[in-house]
Formats: sequence, C-alpha cells, structure tokens
Amino acid sequence: MLNIIWLALIVISIVVAAINGRMELINQAAFDGAKTGVTVCFGLLSILAFWMGLMRIAEKSGLLELLARALSPLIQLLFPDVPKGHPAIGYILSNMSANLLGLGNAATPMGLKAMEELQKLNGDKQVASPAMCTLLAINTASITIIPTTMIAIRMQYGSVNPVEIVGTTLLSSFAATIVALLIDRLYRYRHVRRYR
Amino acid sequence: MYQWVSLISLWAIPVTIAFVLLYGWRKQVPVYETFVEGAKGGLTTTIRILPHLIAMMVAVTMFRESGALELLLGLLRPVLDTLHFPEELVPLALLRPLTGTGSLAIATDLIAQHGPDSFLGRLAATMQGSTDTTLYVLTVYFGAVGIRNSSYALKVGLWSDLAGVIFSLLIVTYVFSK
Repeated sequence: MLNIIWLALIVISIVVAAINGRMELINQAAFDGAKTGVTVCFGLLSILAFWMGLMRIAEKSGLLELLARALSPLIQLLFPDVPKGHPAIGYILSNMSANLLGLGNAATPMGLKAMEELQKLNGDKQVASPAMCTLLAINTASITIIPTTMIAIRMQYGSVNPVEIVGTTLLSSFAATIVALLIDRLYRYRHVRRYR
Repeated sequence: MYQWVSLISLWAIPVTIAFVLLYGWRKQVPVYETFVEGAKGGLTTTIRILPHLIAMMVAVTMFRESGALELLLGLLRPVLDTLHFPEELVPLALLRPLTGTGSLAIATDLIAQHGPDSFLGRLAATMQGSTDTTLYVLTVYFGAVGIRNSSYALKVGLWSDLAGVIFSLLIVTYVFSK
C-alpha cells in the first residue's frame, strides 16, 4: 500500500512538472524535501526524548497501573464477552492507559498481548472477534492527552504558543473515540444478529 | 468554552510533569536516572522515523512544487465548496488513515506554508494529533495473531477517522474564531 502511494506521488509529480515546464522546481523540491525531513526529525528529538524520559518515570513508579485501575470499570461495558478476571483485561487496561499518556511504544506491546489473549477466546482463529474489533477501535481513535509530535513541529516553525492545540486535540480525539465506540457497537450488534 | 480549552492547553503539560515527578519521588523512583534512561529511547525512536520522514517529505514537496497538488485541489473544489471544507487539508485527511509519516510530512508542510498560528496550521496540527494510522494499527494488531478476516474493524476505523476530521474542523473553528 505504502509502496503504491509513495511511487504514485513521485511519478505523478514528475509527469505534471514536465507538462507544466517546472523541471527546475522539481529538482530543487526533491532536495529541499529531504532536507526538511532531517530538520523536522531533529526538531522532534528534543520533545520526544523529554517526554519519553518523563513517561519512563510514570511507568516505573506504577502510575500506569494506577491509571489502569481507574479505567477498569469501563472494561465490563466495552468488552461484555470477556470473562471477569481473564488475563486479557489486564493487558487491555495497560494498553488503554499507555495510549492515554501518548506512550505509543509501550501501548503496542500491551495491545499485542491483549490480542493474543483475545485470540484464545476466539472461536474462529482466522476471523476477528467482536472484542478484537473493539480493542482495535480504541487504538485507532486513541485519545491523546499531550500530542508531543505536533507541539514539537509548531515550536520549530516559530509558533507564539505551541501548546495551544493541546485542548483542541484532546476534545477532538475524545469525541472521535466516542463515535468509534458507538459505531463499533452498531456493527457488533448487526454482526451478532447475522451470525447467530 | 474558549477559556476552558485554552486553560487545558496551558495547564496540561506542567500539571503532568509535576504530578509524574512527585508521584515517582513518593514511590522512591530515582527520578533523574530514570528520566535519562527513558530519554535515550527518544533518540532511537527519532532515528527510526528519520528515513521514513525523508522519503515522505521528498514525495510531498515534489507533489506540491510540480503543480500536481493544485491540479488535485482544483478537481475537488466544486465538491468541497458545498461542504465548506478547507481544500488545503484534503491531502492530509486522505493520507491520515494510510500512513503515519506520510500524513506527518503533509501536516509539517502545511504548517511551514501557512504558519503554525494560522487557521490551517492549527487545524492541521489538531487533525494529525487526534487520530491514529488505522491501516497500520490494523495490520500490526491483527497480523500478530494471524487474523485473516478483519470482520468490520476496518470500517469502524475509517468512520472514526472521518469523525476525527470533522470534529477537528468544528472544534478548531469554534475555539479559535473568538
């Protein structure tokens, strides 16, 4: 998929530039783009390193577990077909709390562990179960408290107040997550009716 | 509403920092050493993104400079005008569910072109920050346990991406128009 997108973007650009007679611009653009890639990446380094350092403290002090415990009443509601006390629940909670803190790197291994446990409960090993779909919905519309990457990029381009998008991002991702869960419920309901 | 959102924006980071540090201190975590150890991970992550970001930034810059972007936006204009959707953000909205670094490259380009504190710059940042790369998450999570048929998960993911785009537009318009 990525192969096609990347290839198409570049090939279309060259063809269009040829028609428009913008060949000099396209030469410049290729090198400028590569340079921007490097500068943006090093701009990200500062905030990413800072945030990951801070979050390691959160992890080690057990703050992540504390957050997981706070979220646990939600589980019964979101995953009605996972039995109480099943190991999947612990992993789902860690995955959700890591996502909330913007810890993508910690969230993924926990999410994968949760998937493995849900797969054990799954009747058909080739087809995703409703619980798996819900876990995925939570992860694709992840609520983020601090959008570190975008703050870093806004800083780099000289924003007066780089953090002013924190509130809008939080609200919008929260709303999107609610919608994702509602749509997930709708599909789950239809799915269960069809295959019963 | 505006005051609340800017209050959250202003306080979220300092409160998180103070809370994490104090909690760690109370739990007798060596905060300084732990911070340094974790920050090292930021270096690895950055190096891992670097080649992807270079590849995507080259493609996006070429696409804009060649005039292909104008052409695409020109084609979409009649539809978007009736929907009141800012045309500059269409490439970002389209690429967001497909590639994380690709959409990051587009968001960066928009912020560079229009300025971080412009309406488009703020909207691009909010949009990029409020959804995840659906296709990537689906591939990794389901691939890891050998699921072949993703059932309705992709549909849910894409709908929620659309919701993220619409909510970003509404919320940014509302919050920053005052």
